[in-house]
Amino acid sequence: MNQRSPKTQPLFAPGHRGCAGCCNAMAVKFILRAIGSDCIVATPTGCTEVFSTPYPESAWNVPWIHSLFDNIAAVSSGIESALKALGREGETKVVTIAGDGATVDIGLQALSGAFERGHNITYICIDNEAYMNTGVQRSSGTPYAASTTTSPPGKRSIGNPLGKKNVPEIMVAHGSPYVATTSVAYPKDVMRKVKKAVETRGPTYVHIQAPCTTGWGFDTHLTVEIGKLAVKTGLWPLLEITNGEITGVHRIRKKLPVEEYLRRQRRYRHLFTTPEGEEVIRELQEIADRNAEHYELEL
Amino acid sequence: MRLCIGGIVEPGTTLANKTGGWRSFKPEYHYERCTKCGLCELLCPESCVARGDEGYYEIDYDYCKGCGICAHECPTGTIEMVLEVK
Amino acid sequence: MSELKAELKVVEGSYAVAHAVKTCHPDVIAAYPITPQTHIAENLSQFNADGELGNCEYITVESEFSALSTLIGASATGARTYASTASQGLALMHEALFNAAGMRLPIVMTVANRALSAPLSIWNDQQDSIAQRDVGWIQLYAEDPQEAADMTPQAYKISEDRDVMTPAMICFDGFILTHVYEPVALLEEELTDEFLPPFNPEHILDPKNPETFGAFADPSIYTEFRYMQELGMREALKKIDPVAEEFREIYGRYYGGLLDEYRLDDAEIVLVAMGSIIGTIKDVIDEVRRDGIKAGLLKIRSFRPFPLDAVRKALKNAGIIVTLDKNISIGKCEGALCTEIKAALYNTRLDTPVVGYMLGHGGRDVPPEIIKKIINKATRSMKDGLTIESSYADLKEEFV
Repeated sequence: MNQRSPKTQPLFAPGHRGCAGCCNAMAVKFILRAIGSDCIVATPTGCTEVFSTPYPESAWNVPWIHSLFDNIAAVSSGIESALKALGREGETKVVTIAGDGATVDIGLQALSGAFERGHNITYICIDNEAYMNTGVQRSSGTPYAASTTTSPPGKRSIGNPLGKKNVPEIMVAHGSPYVATTSVAYPKDVMRKVKKAVETRGPTYVHIQAPCTTGWGFDTHLTVEIGKLAVKTGLWPLLEITNGEITGVHRIRKKLPVEEYLRRQRRYRHLFTTPEGEEVIRELQEIADRNAEHYELEL
Repeated sequence: MRLCIGGIVEPGTTLANKTGGWRSFKPEYHYERCTKCGLCELLCPESCVARGDEGYYEIDYDYCKGCGICAHECPTGTIEMVLEVK
Repeated sequence: MSELKAELKVVEGSYAVAHAVKTCHPDVIAAYPITPQTHIAENLSQFNADGELGNCEYITVESEFSALSTLIGASATGARTYASTASQGLALMHEALFNAAGMRLPIVMTVANRALSAPLSIWNDQQDSIAQRDVGWIQLYAEDPQEAADMTPQAYKISEDRDVMTPAMICFDGFILTHVYEPVALLEEELTDEFLPPFNPEHILDPKNPETFGAFADPSIYTEFRYMQELGMREALKKIDPVAEEFREIYGRYYGGLLDEYRLDDAEIVLVAMGSIIGTIKDVIDEVRRDGIKAGLLKIRSFRPFPLDAVRKALKNAGIIVTLDKNISIGKCEGALCTEIKAALYNTRLDTPVVGYMLGHGGRDVPPEIIKKIINKATRSMKDGLTIESSYADLKEEFV
């Protein structure tokens, strides 16, 4: 067995407290593998922050800062500006690694400001589609009909009544030179897109869908499989948008019915046990079909 | 332990936290089927799979939480999850 | 006490402060407009446009919350940082204020003191900074534009001290000081360079030494981190006086350190105050002394760290103490200075009566007559031995 010392270990070290099968830990690993050690990472409050840095331990082998939940894009702006002002800019990449709550909800204003100002940063959202750190509450990244602890199904509820906010498009509207969506189920896709993002000058954005074993309700060994199903059903298209134009679409050989994705997760179980569920599944199928048509997902 | 001003922490220090004890199932390699593709190493959320001397992959059981992703995703069925005996 | 050597120039208070900031060579400035702070940001922006800020990154952020958050990132990267704000803006920063202090980032910020909404008021009082009493920042209060400007390099020197590493706000009264034109000795760059060493923190975000900033603390160590902030404040307490002395040596100006006194030696009635009303109080003291009333003034320059020992010493011979507060804790009907001074006297052998007056809220003028009235009331109370509870000095009772 290879001896581990802090010098030779991976950029995101073992011993972190992520759940077994943790999608965030996988995403962080892929991100750092793509970027290398010459970076400064800023992470807001959330699962990744908590499970990686209980004092006096840290899983990070790159310079890393956590400030608050709602300000990470501003903190990243400050890091980038300081490097510039101090003449330490060089090749060092400033990278934000944030969850969906911190990105699409509470930190959206700071994110908008940072992108509008054009800082040379890469903002990466690891989207596990709910507030997992506080116990699976809905965020505006939670998809339609998913059950969370604040969008439970019931006599008057089919789960989350609202659709998923399209933040990648919002970042495109900010004039970002490179926006991409990807999934932890496709590590090479994640690494390629993150690399491209950090190599593109200006504010770039990568949105990684990350299936959460705990929050979505599936066995720990299924993280990759569930992620692939989201892509193969057309519910989570993998895209690249360069200077406002779609320049990359991950094509699907044979689009699968959404049921195959939904059935495997506890958060959608109510759709298969209630009479209203059937209609909701049809609506979700329509979302997937629209994606497939709009982005020409099918080969 | 003297606390560092502002709560600053040395890098990579979670190594002190051996998470192997979380495991209920343990991945075991049957190398005869292994094509050394490295997918197990790539996917491991703990970064606790490493390439060994002959190109075969090995698991650091000090940290493996037994999630089973490596076994489930292995294209040749090289890795088997067996009940952890403690 | 000040002995001005430098040439005086008539400028706006905000300009004097912005100019002082320039001589401190900040690396990153985050600016967001809010009245009555805006002129500081505007002046710095013009300096930047004219290339007078060197390599400084001047960032026009989208909110005060992001202003401070940006500086948190910049300061952790090793930059000297600056922002100015007021009122709602300072309130919006609240969460980040705690964070900057807890992360021990020596950010310096000027607060142009202004009232808080509702009802909306753009005018001066000190409710905004007083409401941030417990965020862990050093709080200094200036009496005039000159002092606010001169406090700027002093604040950096204190904050960035390795034993202190605590952010600082320099508070000066909105409009009354930010917008006043008066003769000021603008800080000379060469003198500031001599006075203020470059920012050289022990820990920075740097790929060559990849440390983790902002880890979370469980119950076994949280208290100790908070206590370490208290220790940082104690170091600041030790350094504010000597830094003021060093400033005097180099620039020839002095306003006191932690506090300042005016005709206090034989004073029976001691007024305690902070900020721009100090000038008015001094004039009134001169006037009533001509009538034989022995009044004196204790000016608090450092509200945090609170100079407990120095305050006790300064007040030990007082017959009655009168605090003047441009803030109120609603539900206690008392201003912060009143509470602090009362608390400071407790556990001593003194039982000097403390009378609290709140006044000048939401920009209401504080004319000398009000101060005179307050002194007269205090004189009577001292003679009659009657207790006066804290109250507004300038309330229009017919309206409520």
